[in-house]
Amino acid sequence: MSEFEYASAPESKEIAKIAASYDLFIGGKFVKAKKGKSFDTINPATEEVLAKIAYADKLDIDLAVKTARSAYTKIWSKMPAKERGKYLYRIARILQERAREFAVVETLDNGKPIRESRDTDIPLAAAHFFYHAGWADKLEYAGVGSKPKALGVVGQIIPWNFPLLMLSWKIAPALAAGNTVVLKPAETTPLTALLFAEVCQQAGLPDGVVNIITGDGITGAALVNHPDINKIAFTGSTEVGKAIARSIAATNKSATLELGGKAANIVFEDAAFDEAVEGIVNGIFFNQGHVCCAGSRLLLQENIADEVVEKLKKRMSLIRVGDPMDKNTDLGAINSAEQLKRIKEISNTGDAEGAQRWSAECKLPTKGFWMAPTIFTGVSQAHRIAREEIFGPVLSVLTFRTPAEAIEKANNTMYGLSAGIWSDKGSKILWAAQKLKAGVIWSNTFNKFDPASPFGGYKESGWGREGGRHGLAGYLTSESKVKK
Amino acid sequence: MSRIDVHKTYKLFIAGAFPRSESGRVYEVKGADKKFLANPAMASRKDLRESVVAAKNSYLGWSNATSFNRGQILYRIAEIMQGRSEQFVSEICALEGLSSKAAAAQVEEAIDTWVWYSGWCDKLSSVTGSLNQVSGPFYNFTTPESLGVIAVFAENKPSLLGAVRTLAPIIAGGNTAILIASENYPLPAITLGEVLSTSDLPAGVVNILTGKTSELSPWVGSHMEIDGIDAAGLSKKQEEELKLLGAENLKRIHRFTPINHPERILSFMEQKTVWHPIGI
Repeated sequence: MSEFEYASAPESKEIAKIAASYDLFIGGKFVKAKKGKSFDTINPATEEVLAKIAYADKLDIDLAVKTARSAYTKIWSKMPAKERGKYLYRIARILQERAREFAVVETLDNGKPIRESRDTDIPLAAAHFFYHAGWADKLEYAGVGSKPKALGVVGQIIPWNFPLLMLSWKIAPALAAGNTVVLKPAETTPLTALLFAEVCQQAGLPDGVVNIITGDGITGAALVNHPDINKIAFTGSTEVGKAIARSIAATNKSATLELGGKAANIVFEDAAFDEAVEGIVNGIFFNQGHVCCAGSRLLLQENIADEVVEKLKKRMSLIRVGDPMDKNTDLGAINSAEQLKRIKEISNTGDAEGAQRWSAECKLPTKGFWMAPTIFTGVSQAHRIAREEIFGPVLSVLTFRTPAEAIEKANNTMYGLSAGIWSDKGSKILWAAQKLKAGVIWSNTFNKFDPASPFGGYKESGWGREGGRHGLAGYLTSESKVKK
Repeated sequence: MSRIDVHKTYKLFIAGAFPRSESGRVYEVKGADKKFLANPAMASRKDLRESVVAAKNSYLGWSNATSFNRGQILYRIAEIMQGRSEQFVSEICALEGLSSKAAAAQVEEAIDTWVWYSGWCDKLSSVTGSLNQVSGPFYNFTTPESLGVIAVFAENKPSLLGAVRTLAPIIAGGNTAILIASENYPLPAITLGEVLSTSDLPAGVVNILTGKTSELSPWVGSHMEIDGIDAAGLSKKQEEELKLLGAENLKRIHRFTPINHPERILSFMEQKTVWHPIGI
């Protein structure tokens, strides 16, 4: 079908003043990595190097944790709660002031469309700080007893799919509850975290309350294993989440784990089809499908399946894939060569195992990492593409006959992060929401996030919640838990 | 000649029945006076598996029962225990060597613990759920939901209270349970099974095993159909091993201070958040 002709509407890179190299942020200032090692971060849409990033090893982590401990003991834990809160308000405001700059840097480093970093990632990140700022002096109302206390020093490890947003999910509640943090951003997307370090400086946040160390999985593991960490907060794969659970088994560290998902997005025969199709597209193609809660398994009631798939293909043909800096772009670059390889590898098993692949026709740029929006029909529950998290713009379509069968299939996974329900019948929605074993249920909507709304999974999708009162509780001690 | 007492054979409690261990194994339990008291069953790995099947089979019914119904059944357990107080007192005296006054105090506290958790059943959502004020036209609420099958290693001592205060919160939240009794002081926990079987509690909601904790613990830790564990009765070393094994399916493993607390219920529940747009 013919494509709408849009004039290109590029966002300017000028506002993003990316330095040639970045050091580690420890104790309120940028310090060189002790061994002087570094790695490059690139723009996945062009493969150009954006900056050299310091690589933190054990010695750097030790310094960061010691600094965070000292800031906790000497400053942050002694500061009146309302003053602590005011620092968080300041951070929220500065993020809003510098939103455009953050959006551009995020898009350059991550590959996501500027429309999404501008309208979703950055505003939500600022909102998280604003929301949690208000909690700082109200912790006794957070539902964990009358004398809630901070845990101490928290080690936080975040993924590359929503770099600044994940940072805010981690740092905002930790600081509001009175903890200090050492945060490691993902290897491929460190820039907005380093820019955030500047925000901490501008906000006058006491030195050492927030420390940012950059590196890879080895850096992350060293942070997890540091003996003076009280809690680990991790967002990433279930595989690494389990490794963290093992690493801390013999310690008194607590953990919040936000891990993988394979969400079912269920469309019942009485759904509003056009809305459902928008929801399906948003569910799987938002952020290139690099979303742990993506609606990656579409469950269609059998009698409407053909009609919905046809509408879906038509809608997918209108998705604009390409330059993330173009404000008209819907689907940006895949975050890394490695991720693209993984997406292709799992997708290829879909062909091999007998599912039917269909991709929207689109011209992909020659440089960078790209994947056309893709669906597989004729998928069975045993197929790898129905069981494993692909973490890319690839949707598996399955069918069901009865509501009970839909629930059975939806719950037939080791994951339990999210699920979607499309129906115009209220009692059916509530029935399905009750039966689905998932932490977040989107009914007649999908991929909505808010600082006031708890997020997190059942089963192997992780431990604990982030956001809302329930997320905050994960950063406070409880009188009922044994201290070893 | 004085009358010869009739002694009870202490057996397991699985799926509402009182079987011996399929392994045929027993171990000797002595009283505080070092004299023989009983030969309870030494549960095997297969007994554990069967308990998990029973707990799993009863989960749907129990988790879907109304909170009011669950609350009434927990209260019923307290009623039946009250009537059996003397039996528990004499068992505790013989086993733990307590005075009958101290043993009676333990039994009373155990009964009151059931009453306390009974009252929690239909208040969990109101107290710990939330209606979230999101920025947009959405109705958004969070409510606690049970996890599934939970294994409970009862505290070593107090023998009865240590079992009750770990077990009651598990089933109050709608989970089904496998209670692993204290290895050295198991008898009141087994008698508790007799109370549960006559308290309108559906078969399989609670299953009780006796045996060697060190042997059962790794089996519990590695069982993929067990969703959570209260490690109260484990040594530090055993708890560490259990956590290493439990990481394979990310079991929720907890341990609490010896107090009654709603967090004992909530730690074995998930918070579910539901979104729906508002509009015409």
